[in-house]
Amino acid sequence: MIIETDASNRGGAETLRRYELDGAYDEMFRTVDHPRKQYRLLHNLLLSLGPGELRRSKHEADQSFFNQGITFTVYGNDKGTERIFPHDLLPRIITAAEWERIERGLTQRITALNLFLKDVYHEEKIIEDGVVPGKVVYTCKHYRRGMRGIKVPRDVYLTVVGTDLIRNPEGDFVVLEDNLRVPSGVSYMLTSRRVMKQIFPGLFQKCRVRPIEQYSQELLSTLRFLAPEGRSEPTVVLLTPGAYNSAYFEHAYLARRMGIELVEGRDLVVHDNVVYMRTTFGLQRVDVIYRRIDDDYLDPLVFERGSALGAVGLFNAYRAGNVAFANALGTGVADDKAIYAYVPKIIRYYLDQDPILESVETLLMSDPAQRDHVCQRLEEYVVKAVGESGGYGMLIGPHSTEQERSEFREKINAQPRNYIAQPTINLSTAPCFVDGTIEPRHVDLRPYVLYGEKITIVPGGLTRVALRKGSLVVNSSQGGGSKDTWVLQN
Amino acid sequence: MLSRVADSLYWMSRYFERADNASRVLKATYNLILNPAKFSTEERWFRAVSSLAPGAASSNVDPQRALFLLVADTEGAFSVVNCIGAARENARQVREEISSEMWEHLNRLFHDVTGIELQPNDDAGAMRAVSLVREGSYRFSGITAATMNHDEAWHFIQLGKYIERACNLSVLLDAYFVVDKHADDLDWVGLLSSCAAFEAYCKACTAELKPERIANFLLLKPEFPYSVRYSLDRMHEALTSISNLSLSRRTEKVERLIGRLQSMVAYVQVDEIIAELHKYLAAITEQCRELHAAVHELYIEYPIEGAFRT
Repeated sequence: MIIETDASNRGGAETLRRYELDGAYDEMFRTVDHPRKQYRLLHNLLLSLGPGELRRSKHEADQSFFNQGITFTVYGNDKGTERIFPHDLLPRIITAAEWERIERGLTQRITALNLFLKDVYHEEKIIEDGVVPGKVVYTCKHYRRGMRGIKVPRDVYLTVVGTDLIRNPEGDFVVLEDNLRVPSGVSYMLTSRRVMKQIFPGLFQKCRVRPIEQYSQELLSTLRFLAPEGRSEPTVVLLTPGAYNSAYFEHAYLARRMGIELVEGRDLVVHDNVVYMRTTFGLQRVDVIYRRIDDDYLDPLVFERGSALGAVGLFNAYRAGNVAFANALGTGVADDKAIYAYVPKIIRYYLDQDPILESVETLLMSDPAQRDHVCQRLEEYVVKAVGESGGYGMLIGPHSTEQERSEFREKINAQPRNYIAQPTINLSTAPCFVDGTIEPRHVDLRPYVLYGEKITIVPGGLTRVALRKGSLVVNSSQGGGSKDTWVLQN
Repeated sequence: MLSRVADSLYWMSRYFERADNASRVLKATYNLILNPAKFSTEERWFRAVSSLAPGAASSNVDPQRALFLLVADTEGAFSVVNCIGAARENARQVREEISSEMWEHLNRLFHDVTGIELQPNDDAGAMRAVSLVREGSYRFSGITAATMNHDEAWHFIQLGKYIERACNLSVLLDAYFVVDKHADDLDWVGLLSSCAAFEAYCKACTAELKPERIANFLLLKPEFPYSVRYSLDRMHEALTSISNLSLSRRTEKVERLIGRLQSMVAYVQVDEIIAELHKYLAAITEQCRELHAAVHELYIEYPIEGAFRT
């Protein structure tokens, strides 16, 4: 006879017995009784927990986040409300060997994408050689003609990159998409690590987890690397849209940890193609701008005319080589989802190597044959709008209604260039503490890549969780959550 | 520091002091009108309104509405609620510059005060809001002093607070020392209470309420925190500290203006000025205004020519 106990009265062992595996690769469990080697210590800890202990730890963690004011604005609900960032208690663990491969693969990928950007905005050899069609490049929503011929500092377009990886049912990490414009989330990675060390100090130490706290220092030196020649003590600033932006917490957090000024467009003055910020001491020259504003809003003279977020003349100062931007303008051409389909070719073209990390199979809706094939099987595919981010403008075939599919089919046919399709992948799952019990939820991984003098990748990154049962959408802007990611020392 | 940030800190501080000043005056006035005296209730409210909302007062002040308007009127720029709201809004823009304790306190004070949901004729509610602000003001001063570095940001906060205080005191004194009618003892107590000064005054000057002594106490005494002299001295300190940090700026105009203001209170005796008190007080307010403009022009909104540093 099975006595049904209330979830809150179950200890760790009983809770885990009810863990349900489906066809996805589970990060922790081979089978319910066999956790993977790297999770054994965590498994033992969970088994030893009495009822309510996990709930108490969760409460302690939530309090810590609350006290630090770590919030995120979620749009799409009726009001854009500020919520405490949903964090899951249980760490996601990656072995040293798995990480080594990820690191090599990402280094290779970002190196190639950076070369691609330089080529596309200068000699366009890859287009001439027919590897990537010019039409696809020029019709990218984020291609910036104004960047043609502009020399960017150190030829580095991609200072900060967040590439999203997923694990397929075979257990391999593959690249889902690149975020090359203004990737965010690193502050959640840093603050959740701090909380985890508070909640699970013993486990953390025993597992021998590689540190990530050096991210701010590494980001700062990566930014300084971009300073124009002859500036021995370069002034680096972080340009934010302001206190009402959804990611403002992260902007302020990073600026504070790096010890740099947090500026808004209205603090900047451009004079004689040199950028200054207005301080009480006078006008202070600015050398490097870590900009957390989209290209379009940076300079009302050149881009979006109505924008009050940037400053007049920034682009000319950039063109004159007097200020550096991280990331460079125009990088969106390389994270357009249609270009994503060509990345394996891009890697082979510039580096003469096979991609270490595979990409997810991608079908271009602008190709009639591929479009037909997908439209007849929409329930099997995930269809994405090429220029979007944050999980918006997406159709998840298997979770959609016939009505939604037919509406999407119309959108695809109306603007085929705007859509790509990928087979639905069952993302890997990881145990999460949800509603008083431990259940599997789909996760992905966003490591943060810094491109300075060399490419540095902080071990781990943000593991994002689709908090709704069965959901495959992990984006924080749509109610996703996060986990701390532990990369083991050896 | 960024000029915009200095400006927001300055205004956060000024608006908060403005709200606190209004709360003190309203509390004192409300207690006053409970007692019959030479001045009528209307005259007392008129005095309060004209010292808190200069330019907005009309001679027919409806006492019933006055309290509500000065506390809760969301249209009026001078109401306590609006001032606390403006202080909070400025603080929010520079949340990273102030300590988290300062922000939490100010935020909670704002919600507590607006949460009372005042209606006209709810005198008890209005006085509750006023008390919250009074208490909150003492606490905010303490929290600020204890949790911030006493750096440039701190000095701009002090500057805003004391410029506002100096102006408010001058206007308040002007309202009480009306030439054609002499206030009686109760009104003098009201004036001193508006400056939280009654006990301090008694300690320094005994309970004998002589107008010249009161004027001396509130204008010229360097020791009492709510005197004009004290406020000007703190302003001078703040300005000196700020200018020491920004070595190459041209601070002569600001130095001259604060020096002139200080000399107005440092080297006079009350019997020299009591006859022309109105002119004297008007001069102080006017010079404070000039000083504010000069500080703004030097540190915040300066023209870009000649402002470059490498």
